[in-house]
Amino acid sequence: MACFIIPGIEAAAVTAASRIIKSKEQKKLSADTEVKFDENTLKNSKADKLKSLSAMLWGGSALLAFEHLWHGEIEPFFPFLTAMGNKEDMMEMFSEMSTVGVSMAVAVTSVWGLFTVVASKLRNKYEKEAKA
Amino acid sequence: MTLLITVIAAVISSAVWYFKDNENRYKVGTLTLMYWGASIMWMCDAVAEYIELRSAYFTPAMKDMINDSFLGISVVTFGLVIWLVMLIVSDPDKAIKKNVCR
Repeated sequence: MACFIIPGIEAAAVTAASRIIKSKEQKKLSADTEVKFDENTLKNSKADKLKSLSAMLWGGSALLAFEHLWHGEIEPFFPFLTAMGNKEDMMEMFSEMSTVGVSMAVAVTSVWGLFTVVASKLRNKYEKEAKA
Repeated sequence: MTLLITVIAAVISSAVWYFKDNENRYKVGTLTLMYWGASIMWMCDAVAEYIELRSAYFTPAMKDMINDSFLGISVVTFGLVIWLVMLIVSDPDKAIKKNVCR
């Protein structure tokens, strides 16, 4: 009914966190060295990793919102969610958000976490091989 | 069907990213992440539906299957439209700048 809202909220929080971390990393780097910033300067940084999580969450939420529009569960005018019309539907919507919505956010974050750990281990392995 | 079509789109875009755009110059990586994000979310939805319907989940009515397929294709197209907008905005080869802003 509105399960995509939970990953959408997480996406907004992750995007904000990513921007804050990026500006801190840039400040730290420019304080340490005379680095000229381009797209590759902060590659594989914390902010860069969070950017991929936010792409998954924003993209998934957008496509799910489209599906909800298709099924007539959201509408282009206030209150935007058809379930907000009566109390019974509203309770069902909140129940779905707290179960399916939360599990969606947790699943996407877990998959991203797993990939990030594997990618970082692979990077360390390749770096060691390159040094040897 | 929507989940299946989105997973197929995610696999195809992953292959394109791997062989043609692994530097994410043309934002294929972002499109891939979008499709995988949606696939994981629909997987959760499918699990919730399976818990409710059990084996009936795997034998949908023909009408529902056609509607879901149509939805799946529309979702993939919507994802492609988002990707195209991102590509035009980032304009990696400056093609828009060269041709439109002359």
